[in-house]
Formats: sequence, C-alpha cells, structure tokens
Amino acid sequence: MGQKLEIDVNGKKHQLDADPETSLLEALREDLGMTGTKYGCGESRCGACTVLVDGVPTHSCVTTIADVKGAKVQTIESLEKNGTLHPVQEAFLETGAFQCGYCVSGMVMTAVGLLKSNPHPTEAQIVEYMSGNVCRCGAYPRIVEAIQKAAQSGGK
Amino acid sequence: MTTLPVEKSTAISRRALLKLLGGGILVAAAGPAAIAEALSQRNRPAMPQNISAWIHIGKDGRILVLTGKVEVGQNARTSITQAAAEELQVPMSLVTVLMGDTDAVPYDMGTFGSLTTPMMIPQIRKAAAAARQQLLTRAAKTFGVSADQLTTHDGKVWAGTRSASYGEVAGGEALTDTIPASIAVTAPNEWKVLGQTVRKVDARDFVTGRHVYAVDMTAKGMLRAKVLRPPSYGAVIESIDTSAAEAMPGVKVVRDSEFVAVAAPSLSAAGKAIAAIKVEWTEKPGQPSSKQVHAILRGTSTIAHPEPVAGAKPLSATYQCAYIAHVPLEPRAALAEWDGTRMTVHTGTQRPFGVRPEVATALGIPESQVRILVPDTGSGYGGKHAGDAAVEAAKISKALGVPVSVSWSRPEEFEFAYFRPAGVDELFATFTPDGRIVQWECDNFNSGPPGIECPYDTATPRTESHQAKSPLRQGSYRCLGATFNNFARESHVDDLAHACGLDPLAFRIRNLEKSPELQEVLKAAATKFEWGQHTPASNHGFGLACGTEKGGYVATCVEIAVDPKTKAIRVVRAVTAFQCGAILNPDLLKNQVDGAVIMGIGGALFEAIEFENGKILNPRLSKYRVPRFSDIPKMETVLIDRKDLPSAGAGEVPIMAIAPAIGNAVFQATGIRLRSMPMRLPA
Repeated sequence: MGQKLEIDVNGKKHQLDADPETSLLEALREDLGMTGTKYGCGESRCGACTVLVDGVPTHSCVTTIADVKGAKVQTIESLEKNGTLHPVQEAFLETGAFQCGYCVSGMVMTAVGLLKSNPHPTEAQIVEYMSGNVCRCGAYPRIVEAIQKAAQSGGK
Repeated sequence: MTTLPVEKSTAISRRALLKLLGGGILVAAAGPAAIAEALSQRNRPAMPQNISAWIHIGKDGRILVLTGKVEVGQNARTSITQAAAEELQVPMSLVTVLMGDTDAVPYDMGTFGSLTTPMMIPQIRKAAAAARQQLLTRAAKTFGVSADQLTTHDGKVWAGTRSASYGEVAGGEALTDTIPASIAVTAPNEWKVLGQTVRKVDARDFVTGRHVYAVDMTAKGMLRAKVLRPPSYGAVIESIDTSAAEAMPGVKVVRDSEFVAVAAPSLSAAGKAIAAIKVEWTEKPGQPSSKQVHAILRGTSTIAHPEPVAGAKPLSATYQCAYIAHVPLEPRAALAEWDGTRMTVHTGTQRPFGVRPEVATALGIPESQVRILVPDTGSGYGGKHAGDAAVEAAKISKALGVPVSVSWSRPEEFEFAYFRPAGVDELFATFTPDGRIVQWECDNFNSGPPGIECPYDTATPRTESHQAKSPLRQGSYRCLGATFNNFARESHVDDLAHACGLDPLAFRIRNLEKSPELQEVLKAAATKFEWGQHTPASNHGFGLACGTEKGGYVATCVEIAVDPKTKAIRVVRAVTAFQCGAILNPDLLKNQVDGAVIMGIGGALFEAIEFENGKILNPRLSKYRVPRFSDIPKMETVLIDRKDLPSAGAGEVPIMAIAPAIGNAVFQATGIRLRSMPMRLPA
C-alpha cells in the first residue's frame, strides 16, 4: 500500500492506491466497480475473467495490476458504443449463445480477441482458441455459431 | 484504495419495488395495499388464489408478475413473461416479472424438480386470464356495455372504437378477485406468445456485462468477508490466535464457536487476514476415500432375487457412479445487510423461502425479520438449494453492523458445497430368448430413487432405493439420481438386447409396448441418426438410450470414437429427441436440451470427486474436468411438440440418456461394458 499505480482501462486512466500484486480482476471489480468481468476459478482455467490487454485476451484473475502498467486494458463495459452493441455482442444476442449468462463477458472478450487476430477463423480454430473458456450451461455450439456470425458481419 | 462512486443497486429496495409496480399508483392507492397483500401471503405454503398475489397492473399499464421461482439460466423469467403476456393479450414488453423476493412474492418451495413449467406456468396463466376477466368486468361498467361485447389487444380494452388502457381500467386498484377455478386459459393450438421462439428476457444485460449477480452486489460501507475453513471435514479448533489478523488495517474478526470469519475492505485483504490466523486443528481420523466409498455405500445386506420364471434366463450386473460437483460458474455469494431490526440478504439460491428460515435460525431471529432476494443467478443445476453463503454473510453482517459480501472461491465451492451423490445399482433381470424382458429388479444404494422405475413391459418389476451413510455432503442435482439409475438400466437393457442377439433399438421398441411416448422419442432420434443404416468406422461405435422422468421423454443416439493409443473416449455425434408436451419456447428449449446433453457428457466421461481423509483432492478446475469446447460433438436435436399434452419441465430430463448411449456405443466399438461413471477404458 501507499504507492500509486496507474492503469488504463477502456481508454481512461485510473490511479490505484493498491498493492502492485493486486489482481487485475480485483482492481476492476472492487476498485473500479466494473463487475462485468467475472471470477470463475482463480487459476486461469475458465476464462470468465477474460479482458483484453493491448488487444490480447488475458485472464485477469492471474494478472496483477503491475503487469498491466503502461498497457491498455479493455473490458466488456467498453464494447457497446452509444447504445450500439459490438458485432460479437450482437451475434451472441442473436444466437442466444448463453443461458445463465455468467460466462458471457469472458466468452465475448475472448471472441473479440480471436477476431482481431484472425478475422475469418475456421470452426476448428474457434474451438481451439476458445477452449480456455468454460460455459457450464453448455451453450458451446451456439457460441461457435455466434462467433462465425460475427466474423461474417466483419466484427472485430 | 480508491473507490469509485459506483453504487450498484444492491437490491430492489422497497422504494424501487414501488416504482416497479408502476405509474405512481403504488404510492397512491393500490400499491401499498397490493404489497401488503403480497406480504400477507408470504407464510402461506399453499398457492394463494387471489389475482393480486400474482399480478399487479400499474396505472401506466405496466404489468408486474410476482413469483417465488428464480432464474438460474433455465429461462423461467422468459417463459413466465410469455405466459402472462399470452393470457393478458399484451406485448411481452409490458410485463416485468419479480422473482424470488420473499417479502413480495407468494411462498414457493423452490426452483427445482422441473416444476416451474408444470406448476407455475399454469398458475400464472390462470391468474393472468382472471386479471383480464376482471378488467373486462370493470370496463363493461365504465362503457355501459356487457363484458362479452368487449375485446382486448395491445394492452387496451375495446368497446367498438372506444378503448381504455389496462392501466386506466385498473385505475391503480388491486385486482382483488379470486381466480375462478373454472377460468379458461388459451389452448396451446391458439397460443400467440407462448409456443413461440422469443429471445431471453433481459438478454442484452448479459452480453453487455450489465446484469448484476449476487457476487457483483455492493452496498455503502460494505466489507468483504472470508470464512476460516477447516483443513478436513469434521476438524475442530484446538487453539486459535487471531491477533495478527486483527492488527491488519481495516480487518475485523468475527468468532462464534467454530465459526470464524474476517471482514476487510477487499477480498484479497480478507484472504490475507484469514491466512494470518494461527490455528491448530484436531482432525477427524479414519474418514473413507473415494476408492473405498462404493463398498461402504453398498454395505453388506443381502438382496434375494426370485428364481427366473420357466424359460427365462437371468442377467445380473452392478453399476456405480462417483460423487460429482455442480460447478455453477457463479460461485455461492451473498450480500447481507442488517439494519438493526431486519436482515436483508441478496443471494443466488434456488430456494429463497428455504434460505429464509436457515438465516433466521442462524441469527436467532424470527423469519419475519429476514428478507431474501434472488437476482438472476449464475446457474445452479440443483446445486444451490442451500443458503450457506447467505447464512455466513448474515452472521458476519449482524455481528459487525455493516453490510457484508461473501463470495466463495472455486475451491470453497468444491469443498464446502454439496455433491451429486455417489451410488451403486444392482440389477437383476430375466429375459426370454425371443427378446422379452420378463423380470426386473433394481436396488439402488445411496444415490436415490429418481429414474429407478423400469419403463419396460415387465409384469412385476421391483425397484428399491436403500439409504446409506454418505461420507460427503450430498444433495440435489440436475435430474438427481436419474443420471445414474438411467445409466445402469439402459446399459443393462443393452446387454439384454445383445444377449438375445437383437438390435438395441428393436429390442427396446419390442419391450416398450406400454410406453408409446418412449417409442416416439426413440424412433425420432433413431430416424435422424439413421440408426441401422451405417456401419461404424474402426474404433467407432453407435449407441442409444432413452429415459423418462417428470413428464419428459428423451432418447439419445451417439457415435463415439476410441483413441487406439490412449483409449480416450470422444463423442463424435449426438442426436437427441425430446418430448415435454406443448413446447413453451422452441429455441430456449433447444438450448436447454443441448446444454443438458453437454453437461451429461461430463458426468459420463470425466467428472469425479476424489477424496481421502476428509479432504477433496481435486477441488479446482485444473483438476476436475468439465466439458469444454473441444469435447462437444456434432449435435442434432429433435423437439417433439405435443400440443395435446400438458407442458412438462425441460431443464433436467434431457441429461438422462447421453451417458448410457455413450456406454452402449463404447460396448459396440470395443466389446467392453463400462459399468462405472465416469466411464474410462483401461489404457
């Protein structure tokens, strides 16, 4: 405690008066009140806490705030712009690619990262890229379908 | 630490509830009365039969539906909205459903057993139809015509060209009529809103991350708490020193006998404080391990089977299943607020009215001083019946006098929630060489009776569930014991078919003369799968199975592949046919069916809790394998819409047939009968 650390979340800089070892997940949820990013396992095995760090899907539960110093963090809260959903969000909505919804933020952020690096992934590439994310309700087939739909609509 | 001025709505406060009820009416006339009326219902176990317990119409024409059911991903919020909109003949957008607030909604046992569809939907339909009827009666007086000259559409009552909105007709007054026993509801073949694919209500809030789960809730001055957990089940505190934790900035320690907790400004600070507690435990010796558990659950009692009838041959087998975990992705969480008189707890549970007495008892206060509210929850699958996190948060909040949030870690979820029971099934059947099942007996040990009945045509089947002393805390699950009993039965039936030299489909159809419903789903799945028309590739196998529970009928055909080197089993293709009466929402039903089948793959092939000496050995997602993207087969689903039959619940039954279908396919591929869930081939 005592030292200020600056992190850039969704284009806005935040001064955190926190231990540099604090997880990015805790900082987002507790200090910044951005609860769209979820805790699921705490060991990088479910993807519920996925955010983008400089555009790359990153598990915020095992990332410290020191790790993201100088980087740009993007959370689910940043995707909707002026009431318009991001194409990946729109595709999840259209496809009904979830049930309880708890995994959705992590799924959407991972999918956004995928389409940034590979705008037209094959089904096998989607499955491989998404395999770190768990949907316990089993909406996997629809999530694949949603990502394909978003890719077709040119969603990055 | 910096804090943002973000104040998540912690609750539907009473004020917000009033607002929800719509257009100022509440504060004016009917609102408080209506709420008082809803409140007066809360201790009544029977379903109240006055309209206002279920439906309120605001002056602004907005409709509030009240129900004790909760939303855990099964889309009850959506189907209840459809039901109310259908019978009131209004757009769904006018309907809001308030779920699981024990101060406001009629008593409800809980959201389990696939009961929302067969019990709550008819109740809401009747209440909504009666509400419309009462509006017509009132409007008839206003317009000076008879009620049968009136029509309703778009939230208005029409007398020719004259019209009045529901809000105007209701006039802010409660709809106090009793729901007539004979009230007519819309027949399924005339449904316009029910029976249609409509999107999940509030879906947008989930894709934007805006939905606030219990785990996300905050309140002003709130602390985050962690509970001191024993190193093994049954361990008691020998000595404890909390001084180091208490010396940490902002940390408070609560102790009540064996219950020790810390509260701190952040979850990580609470975690550090727990770690700073010096404690010596006395552990309970001699606790069994997962390797011994089936022998323990089976016990040594003798089961006497009858002599085979003349001309019939016997076939016996023993099956077993492991304890498995629900792994709801949102761990147990609660926000508790003690105001000096009343305890308000927001928590993700399937049984708000069950959690209320749990909290009251833990605090030693009357139930009337406890209010439980359930935000739409990050799934349950039968795993969130109890109120553990709610009780913990409530105890700490009352002790400290500040709002307290408790959210469990994933290891806590694995170690201190409860499991689907492990079990043993002993099967005894006799059959005639021409392919008839003659005698049938199934003895289940520990995991319970659901799905144990034999749907096949046998004269005097005997099925029995024997209780055992479970070494682990166990409870409900998606379809509970049926996940296992159906596996055992459908595997055994497959063995019988092979013993008779008959195709497993033909053998089942032959022995299901009394169940046209099971025949129907079997044939539907088999047709889609093209059963009997293809020969599996090398190391591949085809299998099928069926099952029925709770008014639903399921059949699944699968193709599996066995890795020749690792012997790992992979499901290549799964075709499921499901019939649950008149379908309420085809697309959301399909989502449930597919999700159940996928969850079933976990229990069939991977999931097992390992334990020893009172410790769970694999309490993490890195050690406990749940189905992932790469495990998902090509899936096809056939939904059979039977508008002639009452709608049955669908969240559970579709999970029943996948495990035995996989086992039967493995048998076809390898000649090896796997009798233990999860199924693994010897390497």
